Amino acid sequence: MYWNKEVECMPEEKLRELQLERLKQVVKRAYEKVPFYRKKFDEAGLKPEDIRTLEDIKYIPFTSKADMREAYPFGLFAAPLEEIVEVHTSSGTTGKPVVAGYTRKDIELWGELIARCLTMIGVTKHDIVQIAYGYGLFTGGLGFHYGAQKIGATVVPASAGNTRRQIELMRDFGTTVIACTPSYSLYLAEYAKEEVGIDPATLKLRVGSFGAEMWTEEMRKEIEKRLGLKAFNVYGLTEIIGPGVAHECEAQAGLHVWEDHFLIEIIDPETGETLPDGEEGELVITSLTRDGMPMLRFRTRDITRIIRKKCDCGRTMARIERIKGRTDDMIKVRGVMLFPYQIEQAILEVQGVEPHYQIVLTRPHYLDEIEVLVEMSKETFSDEVREIEELRKKLEKRIEAAVGIRVKVTLVEPKSLPRSEGKAKRIIDKRNLK
Amino acid sequence: MKIKQISVFLENKKGRLYEALKVLQGERVNIRALSIADTSEFGILRMIVDKPEEAKKALEENGFTAKLTNVVAVGVKDEPGGLAAVLAYLYEADLNVEYVYAFVKKAGEEAIVVMRTSNLEKTISVLQEKGVKIFSFEELLNF
Ligand SMILES: [Zn+2]
Repeated sequence: MYWNKEVECMPEEKLRELQLERLKQVVKRAYEKVPFYRKKFDEAGLKPEDIRTLEDIKYIPFTSKADMREAYPFGLFAAPLEEIVEVHTSSGTTGKPVVAGYTRKDIELWGELIARCLTMIGVTKHDIVQIAYGYGLFTGGLGFHYGAQKIGATVVPASAGNTRRQIELMRDFGTTVIACTPSYSLYLAEYAKEEVGIDPATLKLRVGSFGAEMWTEEMRKEIEKRLGLKAFNVYGLTEIIGPGVAHECEAQAGLHVWEDHFLIEIIDPETGETLPDGEEGELVITSLTRDGMPMLRFRTRDITRIIRKKCDCGRTMARIERIKGRTDDMIKVRGVMLFPYQIEQAILEVQGVEPHYQIVLTRPHYLDEIEVLVEMSKETFSDEVREIEELRKKLEKRIEAAVGIRVKVTLVEPKSLPRSEGKAKRIIDKRNLK
Repeated sequence: MKIKQISVFLENKKGRLYEALKVLQGERVNIRALSIADTSEFGILRMIVDKPEEAKKALEENGFTAKLTNVVAVGVKDEPGGLAAVLAYLYEADLNVEYVYAFVKKAGEEAIVVMRTSNLEKTISVLQEKGVKIFSFEELLNF
């Protein structure tokens, strides 16, 4: 099902033409209305008219999260405040929050995007959509609210929290669609069973749109099994518009990006160079049609790849893979990017318990080597050398399959690795000490 | 007549064996027999002690991974070929020996061999049939 078939299935050539036309417009607008962009362009010796093709986007300087903080609160707005009808913020763990401003047209657009996303997974006006994202400054709640209302569905603005009430509403109203974070959905399922005495699979839930945090295919299987629904991935970020930048279709094979409104690129997070489609790297987004706060080449710090292959659903819009990690957590070993969470996932699969591990990078003979220290768990300890050796080899194999590089696994005693000291301690990089 | 043995995972780090033994000493656990299987990266300390449950608890509280495993303790004449005869019985019965260690009280007297095999029940019945002495936990402690 399509919300806007003409656009969603637009011939690619036409789509590129539209993108170029809109790119030129947004560059001009940003340059004229936002001193921040004008300064960046001037420093780079760039004029809006220099952007003649889509490829020329590479000359435009990036916009980073740090830039946004510096512009706090309204420094990036391209419309006067009397035209801004709503603001949202994303809370940073450090420093000032990021502020996003929306004109009435932006809010309309946001609703349209979410309407496309929800229609894509089969949501109609006959559905009861329970939104369990926080309502307020966070973009999750209101974004979905606008979109679900646009479709004409019955919206239950439950907001986040009060889990017992969420479950009672689902049961009493016969909620068919849920939107929340993937981890909260699992919590809901557990709570329903343990605290309310309802088997969540007996609820009328049919589909769910989950996002605002990283999750895995394993989690998807778990959510689908426990809640008895089909789980879809939504992507978005406050800096760009909020949720609805991209969403999975029924094929569950990547998230379609609404390219008529967003121009996406993948760059090497270290060099900033644009990478060809299909390669993995940092996602960079340019919002082509935002009035209140246009974003030029925003570095999302999210790692993914672009899939241009035609999708079974008939949409021509490119897809991005499920977000694989954040550039902040990335380790580059022998030119390959890897993330601690991939290793964690692999160990979890073998050991069956939340692993404690540490990744040690060395370069003994001009070549990077990875050693993964894994704490022996009570559950997996055998008093036979052969079995421990087998466990070790199994861990090595599984991790290698996950990250694509041979690693050495060393089993260590429990509690011998540092605890809860943040991500940094997960990785010991000894490569530069030599 | 299976006997509870305590096994401890040891990293190949200086002093870990000593620390494990110190924990047991602190709990006044008496060690009857001890063996260490080690590889280049880790070791497994295996012991017969008088208070296995308490030993496990104390070791775990001190950050060790410990486990109780069933083993069989058999009496073997302390003379050439004593152990070989026992192993031959097991081999004939198609039983695999995972590991074995022995201790003697005094040279020339009976030795006790602790072993873990692929099937402990069968091991006990095969050896008893052949007249091999199987020790109970109490007998072992008083040996
Ligand atoms: Zn599709």
